[in-house]
Amino acid sequence: MLSDDAIQRKCGDHVLELIVISTLNGVLFGMLLFLLSSGLTIIFSMLGVLNFAHASFYMLGAFFGFQITKWIGFWPALIIAPLLVGAIGMAVERYGLRNTHKHGHVAELLLTFGLAYVIEEMVQLVWGKGPMDFRVPAALDFPAFTIFSTNYPAYKMFMLLVSVAIFIVLLVVLKRTRIGLIVQAALTHPHMVGHLGHNVGQIFMLVFGVGSALAAVAGVIAGPALVTQSDMALLLGPILFVVVVVGGLGSLPGAFFASLLIGLVQTFAVSMNGSLASLFGPLDPGIGPSLLTDVWNVTIAQIAPILPYVLLVLILIVRPMGLMGTRET
Amino acid sequence: MTELASSTTRQAGPAPFADKLRFYGIWIAAAVALVVLPMIFSSGGSLTTFSLIGISIIFALSYNILLGQTGLLSFGHAVYYGLGGFLALHGMNLIISREWPIPLPFVPLIGGLFGLIFAMILGWVSTKRAGTVFAMISLGVGELVASSALILRSFFGGEAGITTNRTDLPPFFGYTFGPQIQIYYLIAFWVLVCTIAMYALTRTPLGRICNAVRDNPERVEFIGYSPHVVRYLAFCFAGFFAGIAGSLAAINFEIANSAYLGIVQSGVVLFATFIGGVAYFFGPILGAIFVTYLQLGLTDLTAVWQLYFGVIFIGIVMFAPGGIAGLIMMHRPLYRAGTLSMIMPAYLVALLPTLALACGVILLIETVSRYLVHAGDDTTLHLLGIPFDTSQPLTWAITAVLLIGGFYVARMTWRGIAAAWDRAATAARDKGYAA
Repeated sequence: MLSDDAIQRKCGDHVLELIVISTLNGVLFGMLLFLLSSGLTIIFSMLGVLNFAHASFYMLGAFFGFQITKWIGFWPALIIAPLLVGAIGMAVERYGLRNTHKHGHVAELLLTFGLAYVIEEMVQLVWGKGPMDFRVPAALDFPAFTIFSTNYPAYKMFMLLVSVAIFIVLLVVLKRTRIGLIVQAALTHPHMVGHLGHNVGQIFMLVFGVGSALAAVAGVIAGPALVTQSDMALLLGPILFVVVVVGGLGSLPGAFFASLLIGLVQTFAVSMNGSLASLFGPLDPGIGPSLLTDVWNVTIAQIAPILPYVLLVLILIVRPMGLMGTRET
Repeated sequence: MTELASSTTRQAGPAPFADKLRFYGIWIAAAVALVVLPMIFSSGGSLTTFSLIGISIIFALSYNILLGQTGLLSFGHAVYYGLGGFLALHGMNLIISREWPIPLPFVPLIGGLFGLIFAMILGWVSTKRAGTVFAMISLGVGELVASSALILRSFFGGEAGITTNRTDLPPFFGYTFGPQIQIYYLIAFWVLVCTIAMYALTRTPLGRICNAVRDNPERVEFIGYSPHVVRYLAFCFAGFFAGIAGSLAAINFEIANSAYLGIVQSGVVLFATFIGGVAYFFGPILGAIFVTYLQLGLTDLTAVWQLYFGVIFIGIVMFAPGGIAGLIMMHRPLYRAGTLSMIMPAYLVALLPTLALACGVILLIETVSRYLVHAGDDTTLHLLGIPFDTSQPLTWAITAVLLIGGFYVARMTWRGIAAAWDRAATAARDKGYAA
C-alpha cells in the first residue's frame, strides 16, 4: 500500500516524464521539419516557387537510403542518397523549372505538383505500396539513456544531432561565407547579382540541389525511425507547407520557429488522451450518436493530425504574413 | 489573347443573325447530342461512363471559375464537391424518412446550396490573397476538412461513408431513377443547365471583373473594386457548382465517403481542368472527357495508370500550357487564313518518331512495372498486339532504342514543325489574321 503522498509523487513523476519525453520528441520532429522547411523556404525565396515535390525528395531520400543500406550499409547511404537526390533536384531545376519559368508561377507550381505525383507513382512502381523494412543501424541500436522508466533510443539522439549539426552548418554557410552572401543577395535582388557577374542560373540550380539534398538527408535519417512507405510524402507534404506559411513565406527564422512549434504541438497532442468527456463527464447516454457526441468524445490525440491546419487558419486570420514574414504574398 | 480580341471585333460587324444562329446552334447541338448519345451507345458500361463524364464536366467547369477565370490555383476544391455530396445524401435520407414530397431531380440543388454555404464560410479567409498563399491555404483547408471527416464519424460515416437508396425518394412524373439511363438523363439535364449558367457567368460584369482580377489586381483596385470581394464571389460560385457536381456523384453512386473530400479528388479535377485548357471556356469540358475516359480506360489496361496521368500532366505543363483547347485554338487563325496545309507535312513527318517515342515510354513503364511488381507472375506484356517478354534483354534493348532514338529523331522533326509553323503564321499574318 502506497501512502497518498507516494501516489501523488508517482503521478507527478509520470506527468514530468511525459513532458520531458514529449519535449525531446517534439524538438526532434521539429528539427526534422526544419531540415525540410529550410530548403523549401530558401528555394521559395529565390525562385518564387513553392516546391510541391519537396516532400517527395524527402521520400526519395528515405527509399534510396533504404536501398543503399541494403547494398552497402547505412553510413555510405547517409552520404550517397542525398547526393543522388541533390543531382535529381538540380536536373529538375535545370530542365524542368527553368523552361517552365516563362509560363509563370502557376505553371511552375503545377510542374512540381505533377512531379510529386509522378515520383510517388514511380516509388510505388519500384518498391511497392507496403512499408519497407528499414532498420536502425546496429551501431546505434541501443538505449542512449533512461529517463524515469523510459529508455530513450540512441538513434533518436543521433537524428537530433545530425539535424542540429546541419542547422549550424547552414547558418554558418549562409552568414559567414562568400557563397552564402551571394545566395542571400540573390534572394532579394537576383538581377543585381546577375549584373555583378555572378551566374544566377547556376546559383539557383545549386540552391535547388542543396535544398533537395537536405530533404533527402531528413529522409535517410527519418526512414528507420518513421515508416518508409510510398505515402510518406503525401503525409508530410501538407504539414511542411503549413510550417512555411505559418513561419512566414521566405523567412528562415520563421521556418525554424514554426517547425519547432508544430513539432511540439503535434507530439504533445498525440500523447494526450483528454477529451471534453473526460473533462466534463460523459454525456447522457440517452443522446444518440450525433455530431455532439463525436465532438464530445474525441480525444486530443485523435485531433492531433488536424492541429497544424487549425493553426494555419488561425495564423492567417490573426497574422496573415506568418509569424516572422515580412511580405504579404 | 490577341486572337480572341480580333475575332470578337470581327463578329461585332455584319451578319448578326448568322452569328446568333451559330451561337445558339452550338447549345442546341449540345442538347441534342446529350439526348441522342445513349441511343447510339446504349450499353450499361457506356451509360456509366457518360454519367461520370457529365459529373466531371460540371466539376471541372466549376474549378475553372477559380483557375481559368479568376487565376486562383486551388488544391482543395474537392472540399465543396464532397460536402455537397454528403449534404445531398443526408438530404435524401431525410426526405425518405420524413416523406417530404421532394423528387430526386431537385436534390442537386441541396448539394449546390451547401457547397455555396461552405464556400461562403471558408472562402472569406481563403481568398484574402491570391497566388501561392491562396494555393497553400486551399491545401490546408482541404486537409483540415478531409481529416475532420474522419473524426466526425456520425456525420461522415468514417472510412465506410454513408449510403442511401435513391429509388425510395418520391417518383418524378412516374420516374423512380432506378435504372442508369434515367440517372444519365438527370445528369445530362444538370450538365446542360450548369454549363449554360457558368457560360453566362463569364459574360456578366462579374465574370469580366474576375478576369481583370486575374490579370491585374492592382489596377482593379484603382478603379474601385476590391479584388478580395471579387475573388470571394468567384469562390462562392465555384463552390455552388462543385456542390451540384458532388451531389450528382452521390446520387449516381448512392454512397459518399471521405475520399470525396480528399486531396486526390482535388488533384484529379486540377488535372482535368489544366489538361483541357484553362484559357477557353470549353477547355475543362474537353479535359473532363479526356481524363475520365483515360481513368476508366487505362485502369483496365495497366496497373500504373496514375503514372501515365502524371506524365501527361507534366508534358502539358511544360510543352503546352494552354492545354488541349489551347493547342486546338492555336490553329484557328491558320485555318481561317487557309495556311493550315503548310504545316501538315511537318506534322506527318513528326508523327512516326513521336509515336515511336511514346511507345518507348509506355514500353519502359510497363516493362519496369512487370519486372518489379509482378516479378512472380506472367512476364509477357502485349503492346499493340505484339508480345514482349520482359525478362528478355531484347525487350529492354527495343525499349532503349525506341526511347533514345525516338527522342532524337522526334526532336529534329519538332524543329521542323516549329519552322513550318513560323512560315504558316507569317503567311496568315500577311493575310490579316493574327496568329
